[in-house]
Amino acid sequence: MTTHATAQPGYPTAQPSYLVDTGSRKGLLAWLTSTDHKRVGVLYLYSMISFFFVGVGIGFLMRLVQLTPFQHLITARTYNALFTVHGVIMIFLFVIPGLPAVFGNFFLPILIGAKDVAFPRLNLASWYFFMAGAILAVLSLFTGGGAPDTGWTFYAPFSLKTGTNVSLAVFGAFILGFSSMLTGINFITTIHRLRAPGMKWFRMPLMCWALYSTSWIQLLATPILAITLVLVILERFFGIGIFDPAKGGDPLLYQHLFWIYSHPAVYIMILPAMGAITEIIPTFAKRTIFGYKAIAFSSMAIAGVGSLVWAHHMFTSGMSSLATLLFSLLTMVVAVPSAIKVFNWVSTLYKGSIDFQPPLLFALTFIFLFAIGGLTGVMQGALAINVHIHDTYFIVGHFHYVMFGGTGFAFFAALLYWFPKMSGKMYSKKAIYASWFPMFIGFNMLYFGMLILGMMGMPRRYYVHLPQFHTMHVVATVGSWFLVLGLLAFFGTLIYALFKGSKAEDNPWGGVTLEWTIPSPPPQENFETIPTITHGPYHFEQESQ
Amino acid sequence: MSEHVHRDDFGARLGMWLFLVTEIVLFGGLFIGYSYMRYKYPVEFHHGGAELNATLGVINTLVLLTSSLTVVLAIVAIQRAEKKQAMVFLGTTLALGLTFLVIKSFEWAAKFHHGLYPNAPHLGTLPPGEQVFFGLYFTMTGLHGLHVIVGLSLLSVMLWWVATDRIRADRYIHLENSGLYWHLVDVIWIFLLPLFYLAA
Repeated sequence: MTTHATAQPGYPTAQPSYLVDTGSRKGLLAWLTSTDHKRVGVLYLYSMISFFFVGVGIGFLMRLVQLTPFQHLITARTYNALFTVHGVIMIFLFVIPGLPAVFGNFFLPILIGAKDVAFPRLNLASWYFFMAGAILAVLSLFTGGGAPDTGWTFYAPFSLKTGTNVSLAVFGAFILGFSSMLTGINFITTIHRLRAPGMKWFRMPLMCWALYSTSWIQLLATPILAITLVLVILERFFGIGIFDPAKGGDPLLYQHLFWIYSHPAVYIMILPAMGAITEIIPTFAKRTIFGYKAIAFSSMAIAGVGSLVWAHHMFTSGMSSLATLLFSLLTMVVAVPSAIKVFNWVSTLYKGSIDFQPPLLFALTFIFLFAIGGLTGVMQGALAINVHIHDTYFIVGHFHYVMFGGTGFAFFAALLYWFPKMSGKMYSKKAIYASWFPMFIGFNMLYFGMLILGMMGMPRRYYVHLPQFHTMHVVATVGSWFLVLGLLAFFGTLIYALFKGSKAEDNPWGGVTLEWTIPSPPPQENFETIPTITHGPYHFEQESQ
Repeated sequence: MSEHVHRDDFGARLGMWLFLVTEIVLFGGLFIGYSYMRYKYPVEFHHGGAELNATLGVINTLVLLTSSLTVVLAIVAIQRAEKKQAMVFLGTTLALGLTFLVIKSFEWAAKFHHGLYPNAPHLGTLPPGEQVFFGLYFTMTGLHGLHVIVGLSLLSVMLWWVATDRIRADRYIHLENSGLYWHLVDVIWIFLLPLFYLAA
C-alpha cells in the first residue's frame, strides 16, 4: 500500500486529537456536552449501531417464525408488533439518519475546510432530539396498550382505532423528525457559509453535494410527516375526523400526506449513501471522478423528481387512472438520474489504477445490490406489474435491496473508508473480507428469496404461510443466519480494531480530499489554518497540476 | 470544542429563514387537507364558516398586523441604540399578542358552548363535511395559537435580553430572528382568516 506523504501547509501538529478531553469535563460527560461536530457524529454512530442491532434481532426473530408454515414461537399479534417495530427502528433510527448524521456530521465540515458546522449547539441539540424520539419510540413497546401493530406506515383508519400504543410511537417519530430538520438546516447553512476560501461550489467533494440535496429534502418533506403524525395524535385523542370516514374524513388523505414525506425520505436514505460511494470510488481508482457535474446535478434532480412520485405507493388504493399514469411515468423518470450515477461510478473505474481494498469491495457490493433494488423498483413503477406484486414479499425484497443493500452497505463502505480517520486505528482487512462472504451470500439468499416469494404471491405481514411457499422461506431464513453471522464478524472486527488495532496512517488509502490532509484522528479544530483550495476535489498526481 | 467566538449574522438569518420554510411546509400539509376537504364539501364549509364570528376574526387580524409592525419598530429602535423605545415597542407587541389569544379563547369558548367541538354530541348530528370543517378549524387555529404562544415566549426572552443589554445596537440578530418568527405567525393567520371566517 502506498502512503502519500501529506506535508501540506497548514498541517496541524500543535492541537490535541478530538478524542482527548481538554475541557473541564471528563469522560462520558465531556462527550455528552461536546458541540464538536466530530464527537456529535460519533455519538450518533454508537447510538445508531445499537438501534441497528435491535432491528437486526427483531428481523432475525421474524425469519425464525417463517421457518415453519404454521404458527410457532410467538402469537400473531406479537408478529404484528415485531414487523412494526422492526420497520420503525430500522427506518427512523438507522436508515434515514444514518449517513447524514454520522458521516455528514463528522466529515462535512472537514470536506469543505471548516472548523465546525454553522450551528454547533443546535447540532448537539439535534442528537438529544434524536435520542428523545428514539427512547419514546422504544418506550411505546412496553407501555400503554402494548407495541404498535399497524406497520411502520401507521395507516389510517386502523392506526386511529387500534388500542396499542400508537400515539407514543408516533410522537417519537415526530421528535425524530425535528432532529432531522434541524440537521438539514445546519448542513445547508454550513455549506453556504463555511466553505474554505477557494472552495467553490464545483470544487466541493460530491459527498457535500449529496448532503446538500439530502438536507433540502429533509427541510421540505419532514414537516409534512410531522403534521400528519400530529393529526393522527389529535385524531386519537380528540377525534377531529380528518382521516375518519364516519365524520366525513378520508383515510386516503392520510396515505397521500404520509407518502409525500415518506417517499422523498427514501432519497434522504439513498443520496448520502451515493455521496459516500462517490468519495470511495475515485480514491481507489486513483483518478478523478467521471462526470463531476452530472453527479452533482443528478443529486439535485433526484431530490426534485423524487418529491413528485409519492403516489406510486398507492396504485391500488384508489386513484384516477390519469393520476396513476402520471405517477408511474415520474417513477420511471427518477431512475434516470440514479442510473447516471451508476454509469459514472463504473466509468470512473474504467482505466483507473485500481487499488482493491475493503471499502472498495463494499462500494462495489453497493452498486450491485442497489442496481437490483433500483431495477425491481422500476418494475413496480409499471402499473400492471404493480397490481400483481402489491403488498407481497416482492416489495419487501425490493426495499431491503435498496435500503439494506443500498444504504446499509454504503454505510458499511463509508465506515470502512473513514474508520481509520475517525478512530486513528486500522482494522484487519482479512477479517473484513472474511465477514463479507457470509454477508453477501446470506443477503442474496434472504432478499432474492423474498423477490421470488413475492412473484409467487406470498403476501407480506403474514405470520404463517401456505405450503407452496415453504421451500423459499427456508432458504430465506437460512440466508438470514449467514447475514447475521457476517454482520457480527464485521462489527466484531471493527470493535476489536478500536481497542487492539494498529495505529492508522494519516492517509491510508491515498485519498486526496481534505480529510486525508489532517492527522488520524483529526485534531480538535480540524485544521491548524484554514486551507485555501485551488483545484477540484479528486486531483490525483498523474493529472496536470 | 471551539472556544473562539464565531459570529455569522448572515448565517444565523439564513438558518432562521430555512426554519421558517419548514414551518410553512408544516402548515402546508394542513392547507392541502383543507383544500381537498373544501373541494369535497363546498356547501358544508359554507355553513361552517357562517358559524364563525367574522368580526372577531378581522379584529384579531388587525391586532396581529399591528403587533408585527411594533416588532419592526423595536428592531429599528435597537439599531438606533434607543433601548427604552425598543422595550416599549416589544412590550406593546407582547400585549397585542396576548390580546389576540384572549379574543381567540372567547371564540373557542363560544364554540364549545354551542357544542361545536370534535366528539361533541351536537356536532355529531351535523353533516360529515361540517364535522371535518370544525375538526380543521380547531386543528389549524389551535396549531396557530401554539405558535403565538411560542412567539410570545421568544419575544419575552428578547425583552429581557434588551433590558440586560445582551441585545444591543451592534448585536441584535436574535431579536431580528424572533421578529421573523413573529411575522410568520402573522402571515399564517392572514391565510387562516379567509379560509375559515370568510368561507361563508
